[in-house]
Amino acid sequence: MPLTSTIFKKSKMKTYTFILATALFLVSCGNSSTDSKSGKNKSATVDLTAAGATFPLPFYNVAIKNYTNTTRQSITYGGVGSGGGIRSLKDKVVDFGATDAFLNQEKESEMPAKIVHIPTCIGAVVIAYNIPGIEGLRLSNANLQDIFMGNITSWNDDRIKATNPGISLPDLAVTVVQRSDGSGTTYIFSDFMSKISTTWEKQVGRGKSLKWPVGIGAKGNPGVAGTIKMTEGAVGYIGSEFAFAQKIPFAEVENSAGNYVLPTLESISAAAQGEIPGDTKVMLTCSSDPEAYPISGFTWIILYKEQNYNNRSQKQAEETVKFLSWLIEKDAQALAQQVHYAPLPEPTVAQARAILGSVVFDGQALLN
Amino acid sequence: MINSERIVKIVLFLSSLLIILITAGMVLSLMNGSIPVFKEIGLRFIISSQWNPTEGSEEYGAMAFIAGTLMTSIIAIILCFPLAFSTSLFIGEYYKGTRIAKIVGTLVDMLAGIPSIVYGLWGFYVLRPLIVDLGLNAQGFGVFTAGVVLAIMIIPYATSISTEIIKMVSSDLKEAAYSLGATRREVILGVLIPNARSGIFTSFVLAFGRALGETMAVTMLIGNANIIPDSIFGAGNTMASVIANQFGEAEGLKLSALITIGLLLFVITGIINGIGKLIIKKFNS
Repeated sequence: MPLTSTIFKKSKMKTYTFILATALFLVSCGNSSTDSKSGKNKSATVDLTAAGATFPLPFYNVAIKNYTNTTRQSITYGGVGSGGGIRSLKDKVVDFGATDAFLNQEKESEMPAKIVHIPTCIGAVVIAYNIPGIEGLRLSNANLQDIFMGNITSWNDDRIKATNPGISLPDLAVTVVQRSDGSGTTYIFSDFMSKISTTWEKQVGRGKSLKWPVGIGAKGNPGVAGTIKMTEGAVGYIGSEFAFAQKIPFAEVENSAGNYVLPTLESISAAAQGEIPGDTKVMLTCSSDPEAYPISGFTWIILYKEQNYNNRSQKQAEETVKFLSWLIEKDAQALAQQVHYAPLPEPTVAQARAILGSVVFDGQALLN
Repeated sequence: MINSERIVKIVLFLSSLLIILITAGMVLSLMNGSIPVFKEIGLRFIISSQWNPTEGSEEYGAMAFIAGTLMTSIIAIILCFPLAFSTSLFIGEYYKGTRIAKIVGTLVDMLAGIPSIVYGLWGFYVLRPLIVDLGLNAQGFGVFTAGVVLAIMIIPYATSISTEIIKMVSSDLKEAAYSLGATRREVILGVLIPNARSGIFTSFVLAFGRALGETMAVTMLIGNANIIPDSIFGAGNTMASVIANQFGEAEGLKLSALITIGLLLFVITGIINGIGKLIIKKFNS
């Protein structure tokens, strides 16, 4: 009693005709599909679409909601990841993209036109842990290297004890938990690790996803946080906005000045106190500020410097810049704090304002 | 009359043409996306188990994921077989038509309707701590945990098709066997199974195919370590799960590597279906 069909046996000729027709159809539509993406809304009301990083998603969600409520301007932001945001902007299917790792010279030259980076807020990565009964754990840079390289396998290791003289640590296996999905959080964490440890830099390096020496992976901040909460002895890294909202215990980390710092909005903001280059393309990890939390970073919105592309209307370009110029100023930055991101320091806001001022439509500046 | 015949014919022709177009389109775009991998890495991609997405030392290989996929699916089918087979005998033969069989049948069908994320949650919060308590694995994530949940997920697929097949075995044959004095067990072993085996086998091939491609529940339980699992309790990753995890931030060669894994998964599913069909042919001849 074969379940498999016998249709194919019926007539081989017909099958071949099918396949031939299929092939012809595919060949004929292969060329036409690439240049049919144009045609954005030209009417009086415009809809803005954007896509990119998930790290600042809670901030963008609340900011967009507030902005839409007051201005009636509709904006859709898709949290598809930094890579997806860059790709969408490259394909010109969004008004702006968002990314947690700035585009280096090489990546920028792959874009079809000149782009600019606008920093929107500062986030951090916390080292969360689950050791029953233990609070206020401190981890030195050497501890972090040994834990994440897999050299420390038990919490009562002498090297951790030496950093935490007042705490009696249990004989509990260390389980490293990492992000299984590509993520800006991983990028910031690995950038920090590369700065504090040459072993890490050589063997693992920087990236949105890595070749991990040890540990298990979980998807997204919620996945990592959930796994840490459910696993005794677990340690991992989580976006600060998520960790603050979820009240997960996290460690004090040694900064460049040798101080042990707990991630707070103040210590994260302090990471951006130093000299920031004009294009704001800088990693804030291991800031020299003695108060700074060392695993901090900007998140950026990226857009084309020349806004007249792909039949976009001037209105579309104006509304894009208008929203972004609101996003970097006080009102929106206050919202960022509500959802646990550190606001941009005033000098950085001025820099972001200047960059937005350089965005043009047909060569005419859009911000006045 | 002739006209309506024609319309039916055209509609049927067009819809089957559409199916072929969709399949061919998917294969073509997967093949197109995998070109960079075959250019830069070549066939080594299939046998290498290195997965290093870090810029500068990029290296991609699919073997770790192929191993994880096959291990979880094989664990699943081994655990699924005794349960699904005996349940289908229960519903389709022993208690055929009774109220209890109907209740069990409905429950099995309901299992099929549960979204895979719910199985994942159950596995994460219930099964995983159990595995830790049993001391099988320190943190509970791994190939075995994923395989157990997969087994439960594919039971309804294997069971409901097997049940239908068992029900379809002609009662004339069975009655003839009974009239010759055969016991129930003898009828099942000598008449029912030989007649239904190709169909039952097909149901398990389909269930296996389903296990190969399952993503969400697996990703929550397998540990997502991009290595060949060191034991059946070790952490690993599957082909579907690595794609789901990593496509968001992937670009360039990495994106191509993920697409190639998709293509390989397609090919593996095809090979398994092909082997299944060969075996069924053997059964029937």
